[in-house]
Amino acid sequence: MMKKEVVFTLNNEEVIVEVDPKWTLLHLLREVLELTGTKEGCGVGECGACTVIVDGEAVNSCLYPVMEVEGRSVVTIEGVASPDGTLHPIQQAFIENNGVQCGYCTSGMIMSAKALLDKKNDPTEDEIRTSIAGNICRCTGYVQIVESIQQAAERMKK
Amino acid sequence: MKACDYHKPHTVKEAIDLMDSLENAKYIAGGTDIMVLTRQGKLSPANLVSLRNVSGLSGIDVQNGVRIGAGVTHTRIANDEFIREHCSALAEGAGVVGSRQIRNVATIGGNICNAAPSADTACPLLVLDAVAVITGTSGERQLSVDDLFLGPNRVALEKGELVTAFVMPAFGPRTGSAYIKHARRMAMDLPILGIAARVTVKIGGSEGGCRDAFGGDASETVKRLEAEGLSLEDVRIAMSVVAPRPIRAKRAEESLKGRTISAKALEELGEIAGSESQPRDSFRGEAWYRRDMVRVLTKRAVLTSIERAVGASSMVFPGRLW
Repeated sequence: MMKKEVVFTLNNEEVIVEVDPKWTLLHLLREVLELTGTKEGCGVGECGACTVIVDGEAVNSCLYPVMEVEGRSVVTIEGVASPDGTLHPIQQAFIENNGVQCGYCTSGMIMSAKALLDKKNDPTEDEIRTSIAGNICRCTGYVQIVESIQQAAERMKK
Repeated sequence: MKACDYHKPHTVKEAIDLMDSLENAKYIAGGTDIMVLTRQGKLSPANLVSLRNVSGLSGIDVQNGVRIGAGVTHTRIANDEFIREHCSALAEGAGVVGSRQIRNVATIGGNICNAAPSADTACPLLVLDAVAVITGTSGERQLSVDDLFLGPNRVALEKGELVTAFVMPAFGPRTGSAYIKHARRMAMDLPILGIAARVTVKIGGSEGGCRDAFGGDASETVKRLEAEGLSLEDVRIAMSVVAPRPIRAKRAEESLKGRTISAKALEELGEIAGSESQPRDSFRGEAWYRRDMVRVLTKRAVLTSIERAVGASSMVFPGRLW
């Protein structure tokens, strides 16, 4: 296996890892760093279960070449709650509004929602739906998820 | 999977030199196509030459026309105020590719050079008379985007050549453009067909009269535009997924040029555009349906373009449903 070193910021901590240049960011996160909160669904950028935030933008980690994280800042679902364990308002809202059913899409949904709310604290329903259009959920029918994000936006504004 | 090395050049020259010297190498920009193809085993490059860190590929310059670096992402194009106003069709095309996650990394250069018959930025670039700036070992050349497409996934690039930017002329006032992606779903779908239009209008009567023509029933709008004597100085129509590559509907364009807008003129436009399309049956849509929708959507795209050209703001988003 070819080995290269990559240095980047992961959930606010600097990490130095040896990677095979053909890996995806998702492979590094799940198989090497054992951060399994990020899920693999389709593996080809269609379901959004693997969504993470890179330099403030939601991306599919299954399509993100691991070599490109060098020097960038990556946030995964593990980095969303406070270090003391207090849930992020988006996480809390998903629990309260039944935004979680089987849970497989949830971490990706929350990362897409966070990327939106970090930029815009009063999104329209249309903007919310556009932001999660790349995240497939087969349980909820999306209504509770949209409501969760709306409530989180309300709380984050205060 | 075989070993694959990843190279991160910082200049166009470094990228081209790497491509020239490496065995079985492939450029990778946003990677949303390449990563899928390698995973599926359809592509197994020994070397990937990344364009993400190459300087000079990621700018949008709006002096004397518009120059968009090939490395600009779809998200940036869709959100850029100048492009939304002056190249509305392109902003619309870039805004409907894949999902937010895809648009955040996928680049316009990749969308075009991958040359999928369904590429959503292709028709907008065709109607905006875009020219590709291409750099290779032997220097720089320019080629119109129309001449760049050869067929499905085939573009007129020599080995190692790199598209660095797309350049579009500055269009005068009273110009508007639109792109319509016709798909089954609102997101995460490829188009059944895509239609783009650009018009520059000449107003016979009053500008306010033309502006007020919009908002109600489409047939009323057309009647009022006819009464105002609105004609088109210039018109471009492009269609995708109706041929092996995105194409211009040149005879349809000619039929409308200089002519006063009327129901009859628009009907003929649609008919001619439909006859210029060569769609085939696929699981996304049958040929007869695609041809019929070409007829309908070219009219819509032209009317939306006119609305943007005469409107108080040159931008009406989202497009009205006719």
